[in-house]
Amino acid sequence: MTKNVSAQAVSLSRRRLLQASGIAVGGLLLATAMPFARRSYAEQYVNKGPEDAPLSTSTALGAFLRIGHDGRVTLISPKIEMGQGVQTGFAMMVAEELEVPLNQVVIQEAPPNEKLYGDKLLGFQATGGSSSTRSNWEPMREAAAAARIMLIQAAANQWGVSPAECRAENGMIIGPGDRQIGYGEVVDAAAQLPVPESVPLKKPEDFKVIGQPLRRLDTPGKVDGSAKFTIDLQVPNMKIATTSTCPVVGGKLLAVDDSRARALPGVRDVIKLDNAVAVIGDHMWAALQGLKALDIQWDYGPHATIDSEQIERALHAAFDREGAIATEVGDINKAIGSASSKIEAEYEMPFLAHATLEPMTCVAQVRGDTCELWVGTQVPVMAAAAAAQGSGVQPENVIVNNQLIGGGFGRRLESDFINQAAAIAKQVDYPIKLVWSREEDTAHDLYRPHYIDRFSAGLDSNGMPVGWSHTIVGASVLARFAPAAVPPNGLDADAVEVSNKPIYKLANLKVRYVPEAPKAILNSWWRGVGPLHGAYVMESFIDELALAAKQDPVAYRLKLLDEHPRAQAVLKLAAEKANWDQKLPAGHGRGIAVQEVFGSYLATVVELQVDAQNGIHINRLICVADCGIVTNPTSVRSQLEGGTLFGLSAALFNEITVHEGRVEQSNFHDYRQLRMSDAPPVEVHIIPSAELPGGIGEAGTAMIAPALVNALHAASGKRIRRLPLARAGYHVV
Amino acid sequence: MLTLTINGADHQVDVPDDMPLLWVLRDVLGMTGTKYGCGIAQCGACTVHLDGMAVRSCVLPVSNIAQGQKIVTIEAVGQSDLGKKVQNAWLEHEVVQCGYCQSGQIMSAVALLDKKPQPNDEDIDAGMSGNICRCCTYTRIRGAIKSVSQA
Amino acid sequence: MNVFSTLWGSVTRGTLNGAVSVALTLTALSVQAADDATIKRGEYLARAADCVACHLDENGGKPYAGGRGFKLPFGMLYSPNITPDNETGIGTWSDDDFVNAMQKGVGKDGKHYYPAFPYTSYTLMSRDDILAIKAYLFSLPPVKQPNKENDISFPFNQRWGMMFWNFLFNPNERFQPDPSQSAEWNRGAYLVEGAGHCGECHTPRNLFQARDSSRNLGGAVIQGWKAYNISGDKATGIGAWPDEALASYLSTGHAEGYGVAAGPMAEAVNHSLRHLTPEDIRAMVVYLKSVPAQTYGLARPEPKMLSPEPPAKGNNPLGQKTFADACVSCHLWDGTGRQSTFAALKGLRTVNDPEATNLVQVLLGGGKLENPHGDHFMPGFARAYSDQELAAVTNFVLDHFGHAKGMITAEEIAKRRNPE
Repeated sequence: MTKNVSAQAVSLSRRRLLQASGIAVGGLLLATAMPFARRSYAEQYVNKGPEDAPLSTSTALGAFLRIGHDGRVTLISPKIEMGQGVQTGFAMMVAEELEVPLNQVVIQEAPPNEKLYGDKLLGFQATGGSSSTRSNWEPMREAAAAARIMLIQAAANQWGVSPAECRAENGMIIGPGDRQIGYGEVVDAAAQLPVPESVPLKKPEDFKVIGQPLRRLDTPGKVDGSAKFTIDLQVPNMKIATTSTCPVVGGKLLAVDDSRARALPGVRDVIKLDNAVAVIGDHMWAALQGLKALDIQWDYGPHATIDSEQIERALHAAFDREGAIATEVGDINKAIGSASSKIEAEYEMPFLAHATLEPMTCVAQVRGDTCELWVGTQVPVMAAAAAAQGSGVQPENVIVNNQLIGGGFGRRLESDFINQAAAIAKQVDYPIKLVWSREEDTAHDLYRPHYIDRFSAGLDSNGMPVGWSHTIVGASVLARFAPAAVPPNGLDADAVEVSNKPIYKLANLKVRYVPEAPKAILNSWWRGVGPLHGAYVMESFIDELALAAKQDPVAYRLKLLDEHPRAQAVLKLAAEKANWDQKLPAGHGRGIAVQEVFGSYLATVVELQVDAQNGIHINRLICVADCGIVTNPTSVRSQLEGGTLFGLSAALFNEITVHEGRVEQSNFHDYRQLRMSDAPPVEVHIIPSAELPGGIGEAGTAMIAPALVNALHAASGKRIRRLPLARAGYHVV
Repeated sequence: MLTLTINGADHQVDVPDDMPLLWVLRDVLGMTGTKYGCGIAQCGACTVHLDGMAVRSCVLPVSNIAQGQKIVTIEAVGQSDLGKKVQNAWLEHEVVQCGYCQSGQIMSAVALLDKKPQPNDEDIDAGMSGNICRCCTYTRIRGAIKSVSQA
Repeated sequence: MNVFSTLWGSVTRGTLNGAVSVALTLTALSVQAADDATIKRGEYLARAADCVACHLDENGGKPYAGGRGFKLPFGMLYSPNITPDNETGIGTWSDDDFVNAMQKGVGKDGKHYYPAFPYTSYTLMSRDDILAIKAYLFSLPPVKQPNKENDISFPFNQRWGMMFWNFLFNPNERFQPDPSQSAEWNRGAYLVEGAGHCGECHTPRNLFQARDSSRNLGGAVIQGWKAYNISGDKATGIGAWPDEALASYLSTGHAEGYGVAAGPMAEAVNHSLRHLTPEDIRAMVVYLKSVPAQTYGLARPEPKMLSPEPPAKGNNPLGQKTFADACVSCHLWDGTGRQSTFAALKGLRTVNDPEATNLVQVLLGGGKLENPHGDHFMPGFARAYSDQELAAVTNFVLDHFGHAKGMITAEEIAKRRNPE
């Protein structure tokens, strides 16, 4: 059972109690910040996984468990819930090792604390990169198991028996001679005990909770309107703020005539910021009406003449620069030069907005030298820093109360709106809830980079690749987000992910990356991140090679996947489920894609038909995953279904464009999203696996676009190399 | 001063005529289950029932609501048998992901099932396509609606 | 019978009537008060004449500072700055300069205006009313904003040519009341034919781009929109509209089952008509209902009785799908309007036009009607919907809500996206 998050939000100081490390009053507070001498499975995994450099420099990992005198277990989650089901997954891991019923676990959000809650894979405290289960699979269970051992020890001490004679079950310790005692009764004693040196974990075959398709803990409040997202919070004396930010990035506010706005009923204040104006009202309507009544003069700054065409020209021009070599194996020039045939292709992916359905919103209050935030954020520490910058208080004096997120998709890895909320709150003596209008949200996003990829491959007389050259041009998100994480040569590991270590056997290989930051557009992470880009171009190009070699795309891929039995397995199962070998009528086609993404192996098949008017109808969409041990199969299925369709929505419809420095899209009528009538059913198949868990929240998203364009080619003979399909005149029927 | 009948209770509100019902519910009456998504009736997150019909409260000025018209929101939709069934189906089918759109989805689904107790796929498309789910839970929404119709 | 000849038949050449003389006397008694009153009256008349519609650059311009571009068959024309700025506006203009511009279409510099500026209607306005407008404009803060150069091709850039045009087409005559009609009718005629310049859009033009007075208010196509027949004809005009419907349309842009203003008409409502007094609206209704019938153009469709349920999937599934996706949230399957009757589609000429002129315009660009009880708007779907989808939804709307067979093609939508 989850606690009502909003209730916590209003009680301002509760979270602060949890910031102490060590023993909390009246309970056991267990930190697992690297308490164990041996390397964790997760750590071992990291060092051979695709994300080993440069983000895996985390020094602390951990989670806190707190057991109250009433026996209730509080799991302080280092990861925020945004629909991916992660907190239920954590609760299941804890229930498993701690031997408590799932409904006895209460979840609270972790405060900002890099040392305790920094993510092992990502290198900082964040919910993203499909890392949550991977990073916490080991420590979360270890924390629970350690707590169980300590509780048993405490009970054994009390009874004067050996702990070996005792066991934990259903929130109780059971000892010899029908002795039993609840966890709550021994927590104080347990808290005095040392954390055990060795914490054996259950074997998968002994799992009772993990692996069960259990219902999520956070859903009941989401079907009756009682769950509180940031936008729903009501802090005493709070007023609502909404902003107009300069439509051009880098622009500044020159002047504003607010006389008409201030005269409107319900408008309380008009606040000037460097690059924005905020209207504060008793309610959102007053604030919105006030905003409309402002007469604002902007200095649009240096980017006011930029349009999409210029940005694309600059990206194309960047191919002439050297950039950074991501991978170089063998002699690519020789290999391609002496090949029997040569294939070239260029792919392009547009800027994408996140369009979370809950727009950017943050409650902030500045009192003296402290700033308190109630905000759904994927990055609590960065949120605190942004609020500190906006409000002028010290970062350690920022309290972050993290909240349920109404759609993250990477957008809430950014803290621009939190900075803005704090800057507004600084100027007034009451708490404000900043709510962006949909129009502001769409036009002031930080967008998925526009990438252009050029490939050149040489094929031998059997049509198999002997040389593979790949150049990537696009903005480096990492260079803006965490410049220190970028090596001197500018190689952004995210920009080259999947591409730099192809799962296909390629003897001669060169992958080059040229960073090119567009003017007038800021770039950020977008669900699927590096693999979304990598999978699209790799799986499009390999399909083109197979067709050039006049070979079946599945058979061709299998020949190149000797070293990846898990990839082979998902590919084969996907082909089997899709009846790959069965012929389709004219105008119909199947497309496939396979990759290792986020530590999981996925194969996605699209079967579609296309009519003479470019109307596409997807008849089948199949997604096969081997994501290692599954904590909650229902969550995995949900993420694959939703994530795949999320990627489909963008691949079909979405493209952010710029005119005179401004983003041209504003709302769902011109930045369209997949609807019920567009959405095909997604058939998900999970391959049972004893491997370590892989990421799943973004995996489906990464795989759909290449399967889609490959299917479209199979159906119509037309190869779409630039997304979205709508750009080429396609629509859904 | 307007009187609005919401979830069976009368509420007196002193708000501008042009204020959409959405903001009256959320910011004046504190009923935040009804969500803001787009403000232009393109996403359906703000869907409530007005005399049983699904309406987008973000573009419904309160002064357009006649005295005595019955407004039902997500907070009370479960008081009807059908509403409760739909909410339960949502849980049984594990429809929800981030959950932000689901208030609106449920309100639209209840209105659809009220008119058409056994909707086919086309009916579901026609009745539910005004509601956007960015987590794309459409497959499960469809399944949940069908399970109610078969119950 | 030609309305203009009726009107102008009774025109006498004097410009001031008795009532104005009284007003002038009052002015002498209390200068400041009268000035304020004049300014107030000028503001109202400027609204009635909808000056701001043209003299405002919608892309962030200031009211009356001009700069709005008009695409004409022979080039681009930009509205000038009419704020009282001495350098870039009309700050140095005398009363006579201003009156000449409004009545004769001649600027202070002696140059002739193009009749995109509706002086052939304004010419009916009294000098007194025109000077009240000037007083209002001069009460506003000056805006320094140089006028944009027009881009007019030869021979139309030869402004002296307008002298002959004016000789032929601008009567340069003031309105005189028709004593055989009521005061209300006369007020309505003054507003419709003069200040309101309705005929500038609703009366078809001849070869010389002058209004064809033989078809007064009989409907025309302008700026890619159909300005519908607003003569008294029962089928194709507004003759069958109840007075309340017509009054509602003029004052709110909406009359359920009859019409919803969009495009340039929505602008006229937003900027001008909705600010007029109920008395003036009534006067316009009285006059419009009396305008001799012109049987011309589209008939208003008999509203269909439709089911609130979606129709069975017909031969246009894409149109029906697009309607379900993007339209039904506001319009409903029976076209009665979900949140508001402003979104009602039944009975509109726009959904009964096989050419779908206004329908496609609205689908592409959306629409907005300002209203003290809440603005009514529709987003434009041009950017995110394909030509096929827009053609299909156009045809679905025509078939489903009107009696016209929709035959709009994707190619046609493409053309209308980028009109020549």
